[in-house]
Amino acid sequence: MSGYVTALIAIVTREALRFVHQRERFVAALVRPLVWLLVFAAGFRAALGLSIIPPYQTYITYETYIVPGLCGMILLFNGMQSSLSLIYDREMGAMKLLLTSPLPRWWLLMCKLLGATAISILQVYAFLAIAAAFGIVMPAMGYVAVLPALVVAGLMLGSLGLLLSSFIKQLENFAGVMNFVIFPMFFLSSALYPLWKMAESSELLHDICAVNPFTHAVELIRFALYLQLNGAALGWTVLAAGLFTTGALWGYSPEGTGIRRKS
Amino acid sequence: MIRSATLICGFLVSPVWAGEIWVTNEKDDTVSIISTETLEVIQTYPTGERPRGITFSKDYSVVYICASDSDAVQVMDPNTGEILHDLPSGEDPEQFVLHPNDRHLYIANEDDAITTVVDTETRRVIAQIDVGVEPEGMAVSPDGKIAITTSETTNMAHWIDTETQELFANTLVDSRPRHAEFVAEGTQLWVSSEIGGTITIFDVADQSEIGKIDFEVQGVHPDRVQPVGFEFTADEKTAFVALGPSNHVAVVNAETFEVEDYILVGRRVWHMDFNGDKTQLFTTNGVSGDVTVIDVASRTAVKTIKVGRFPWGAAYRPTE
Repeated sequence: MSGYVTALIAIVTREALRFVHQRERFVAALVRPLVWLLVFAAGFRAALGLSIIPPYQTYITYETYIVPGLCGMILLFNGMQSSLSLIYDREMGAMKLLLTSPLPRWWLLMCKLLGATAISILQVYAFLAIAAAFGIVMPAMGYVAVLPALVVAGLMLGSLGLLLSSFIKQLENFAGVMNFVIFPMFFLSSALYPLWKMAESSELLHDICAVNPFTHAVELIRFALYLQLNGAALGWTVLAAGLFTTGALWGYSPEGTGIRRKS
Repeated sequence: MIRSATLICGFLVSPVWAGEIWVTNEKDDTVSIISTETLEVIQTYPTGERPRGITFSKDYSVVYICASDSDAVQVMDPNTGEILHDLPSGEDPEQFVLHPNDRHLYIANEDDAITTVVDTETRRVIAQIDVGVEPEGMAVSPDGKIAITTSETTNMAHWIDTETQELFANTLVDSRPRHAEFVAEGTQLWVSSEIGGTITIFDVADQSEIGKIDFEVQGVHPDRVQPVGFEFTADEKTAFVALGPSNHVAVVNAETFEVEDYILVGRRVWHMDFNGDKTQLFTTNGVSGDVTVIDVASRTAVKTIKVGRFPWGAAYRPTE
């Protein structure tokens, strides 16, 4: 058992050290959502129109609306960043070192996932603090209630990153992930506009957004920030996390397309 | 469809004083009654056509409603919703104010350019005073000696001596004055100007202008910033001002006349009233057909409640 814990501590510490040593990564991870919040949202104050949707009890500004979506954005980008680092590890040979551990691969991957999620959540809280400094505040207890939602959403998006990394063989191919995974997931979700607004322009668009797991991760975060549980969003997010994790474990298993153990 | 289940009730409003906010719905010809405890509509009563101004008698035994298109002030039993009788109000009564004697109603007759004074006991008109074109805002001083009518088109506040029922002064204000209130124990008069986008403050002693408040809501075109109804906190240090189609309520320091904050509410916010201990403010949002509840201490909108179409006036009634 101690071996499992040692591996967990080692991998999470490595993630943390890597994060601490890459200050520009921390800044970049915050600048992205802050630009959306303070520049994009300011210009689109009136674009949302006025409508009260759960979990909101009254009218809100657009800045307030997109905060949960931007929390999701941090988790999404970090999930992908994490997969990028795995590919880097594979190219540099560090992954071979890791996978030669006698511990099962699923545990090593879980450790990696947990470490990446913990780092993501720290960044989300840093973002929420900056947003609060700009006057975009949530209910005080919402900052506590959102933690489990961030964990679930972070694990789901991290496991998606793991899954992708098991199929991407070269660092250069990661640009494709940006175009074909991150952007569609982010824009085809309720992060920037509520689903009813999507339905106004296209029912198809609405339906795509409604099945996008990122939408449910965002809604889970949104409701939690307002001390409410969105059961459907939780179910979808957990289901997606399960599927992605299973896929990633298969991808990294000797039978999968990942790195095979030498027999 | 995303379904939700409440995990923890995040609503932190717990009024000490039980009561109701009565809201006139201009296009539904109804009044909606909101419980200040549950913040839900608990009753809806039919009224005459186009109800706008609303106020209670001092003992809250009756409620007076300006049924503008019925050309009547209706007197309703608030316990049953029954219209007890109509008062002769003159044509198109829009707003009124009840004199501190609890007997005389000063009614603005928008179409007739007059202010009608009605005795609510004898149900007779005791005076009709010529004022400017399209009178609307009504106020009466705490000592009952002065009544004010503002006229939308003449852009004036008309000062009425309530003993002689005659005008003794007229003061110019900015375009389309909508609402007037006496404050500071009747030493100041505040008048909002919808198109002018200002509130003018007068010294009641000599009717001179002593201040003017301008409003500027970030991201909203100045033309849409239109002050209408306003109310003061219990200590009269803060005023909340409805800014019409800007969809915001301004929070004004009543001592320095500076705007301290803006609160997002529903569309075309018009009038407002407080609950019993003045910890909550209820604003009527005409276009969005709802009422926004503002927590006075934190100056935040905490809930918006659907009512009828085009809610206009609001009045508080204690129930305990």
